[in-house]
Amino acid sequence: MADNQTLYRTLYLIRRFEETVLETFPRGVFYGTTHTYLGQEADAVGVLTPLQSDDVVFSNHRCHGHFLAYGGDPRLLFAELMGKATGVCAGRGGSQHLHWRNFYSNGVQGGIVPIATGMALAEKRKGNGTVTIAFLGDGTLGEGVMYEALNMASLWAAPILFVLENNHIAQTTPVEQGVAGDIAARFTAFGIPAKQLDTSDVCEILPVASELIEEVRTKSLPHALILHTCRFGPHSKGDDTRSPQQIDLLRQRRDPLSIHASRLNPDERLAVEIEVQNIVDQAFEQALRDPYPILQSSASNH
Amino acid sequence: MTTVLDSLNTALHRAFADDPSVLLLGEDVLDPYGGAFKVTRGLSTAFPERVFTTPVSEAGIVGVATGMALRGFRPVVEIMFGDFLTLAADQVVNHLAKFRWMYNDQVRLPLVIRTPMGGRRGYGPTHSQTIEKHFLGVPGIRVLAPTALGDPGEILYQAILNSEDPVLFIENKLLYTMPLHGEDLEEDFIPYPLSALPSGENGVRGILSPTFSLSLRSAPPSVLTMIAYGYMAELALQAARRLAYENEIFVDLIVPTQLTAFALRPLLSSLDQTHHLLTIEEGSYTLGWGAEIVAQASEVMGGRLQAIRRLAGRDLPIPASGPLEAAVLPGVEEIIKAAMTLTGR
Repeated sequence: MADNQTLYRTLYLIRRFEETVLETFPRGVFYGTTHTYLGQEADAVGVLTPLQSDDVVFSNHRCHGHFLAYGGDPRLLFAELMGKATGVCAGRGGSQHLHWRNFYSNGVQGGIVPIATGMALAEKRKGNGTVTIAFLGDGTLGEGVMYEALNMASLWAAPILFVLENNHIAQTTPVEQGVAGDIAARFTAFGIPAKQLDTSDVCEILPVASELIEEVRTKSLPHALILHTCRFGPHSKGDDTRSPQQIDLLRQRRDPLSIHASRLNPDERLAVEIEVQNIVDQAFEQALRDPYPILQSSASNH
Repeated sequence: MTTVLDSLNTALHRAFADDPSVLLLGEDVLDPYGGAFKVTRGLSTAFPERVFTTPVSEAGIVGVATGMALRGFRPVVEIMFGDFLTLAADQVVNHLAKFRWMYNDQVRLPLVIRTPMGGRRGYGPTHSQTIEKHFLGVPGIRVLAPTALGDPGEILYQAILNSEDPVLFIENKLLYTMPLHGEDLEEDFIPYPLSALPSGENGVRGILSPTFSLSLRSAPPSVLTMIAYGYMAELALQAARRLAYENEIFVDLIVPTQLTAFALRPLLSSLDQTHHLLTIEEGSYTLGWGAEIVAQASEVMGGRLQAIRRLAGRDLPIPASGPLEAAVLPGVEEIIKAAMTLTGR
């Protein structure tokens, strides 16, 4: 199991990356929009730390935290958000559309669930014990194609872990207004066991995720992990309809960073934070200096 | 006698035998049923581990196949009726068509979606349509549509084994039982199959399958170029014979089997002589395939393109009643009439 310092380093990397994105967005250095992962860092770190190198991850529009916890380079991610040639996908994808090694993401809700299921089935046919992880949110539960995928994942025993991050708010719609009935029952109805955790402590998530991933790997069956969590930031930028008091309360009670920081001595913590801050600053500055891509004239038929 | 159905079925068997990474997913595809139109017959018996009969989940199975393609397999998806492609539209438009380019060319997506289209069987508004036009303008996919000309099975085989990008493969229902053209055709027409697989045709990248150019033997120079694909090409062939024998109007017929990317040169070669163009399609008229063909030809030819006409299905749902359906979809008589009007007869 990863040591506390390593876990804190990744948590803090995601935190500072996302804060930097929101802080610098008004400077006009990024294209389009962004969906930050503030508050949910323990999910990505807890779930992806036990991963093996051949395992496959399919993420969604809120993918920066997953990408960084997977081991992605913050400079390449900054560059992608800035539309630079050095970006993860050379600026073609932007914030929501990443692919690096066995990490994929796409920005449309639900559609990735059957694709991740197909990936898991493909890896199963190769017989190399690879696990696929698909990240969903409470908003995804409204998409019908997700249930087509759960049905097939169960019918065909796909080695996949569905990680549902319930941050209780889909853009601005509270989960109470968007999700009827029981979340876990959506999985168990298809014969997929579902485990739930309501915590922002990486040390509670990691062992459960680790156990489930090994269960998926050895038994080659689908499982679901439902992580009840909190989103501290807006859906994208400045579009939070919740009150500042409400967010403050979430930050006081459910901050994965302060929860885990208590396990490090103050010097150790400071050293990690300085180290990560340097990495983020350098990544940002380097990406800022990187060139923009050029569209080749042969890129289409015209 | 080999039918289009035999040709496609044999090609699937060959593709499965030649490459173990080929898989098939579809509804009701297992033997003894072998698929609603029997194109997959025998596959599940010969390759039981590689044929997945699926729930009724068009979006889901296209998604699963996309995942399999991204991870090294060559899946073929059968969508039972082309009308149901709309259920998988998000998977096609927002997922599989985009991945290769948006991931900066880091992935390949060898995936074929086969589906029967077309009317004239009385199946009514939701099982008779020709809706590939909604997918023709989607960057990142190729749309192929075989006819009974040449070797439709070979086109399918090449699409499965030699394409690194997604292919939408349109099979008109009425073509299935038709025998492949052979000597019957060559008695009357000079067919110019522009090579079996004219890679790089007309400078257009990604041409996988041929365009046929047909003109009547021992005839005076053609005065009209007709272009049609799928089953409409069959009706256009019948119309071309009658126009020649009954009306002394001699035409060239261009039959592409690849709709996008489109090889323009065979069409332009004929139009250079005829300067008159009739486009013929079964899909609905407005904003259709024919409009794009006319636009592409006009951009090159300008004023040398003297007259054009588009013949297509009427802008209505396809009715179930036989006489109504016949009135909505263009037939041989309408082609002859349009050709005569266009050539001033």
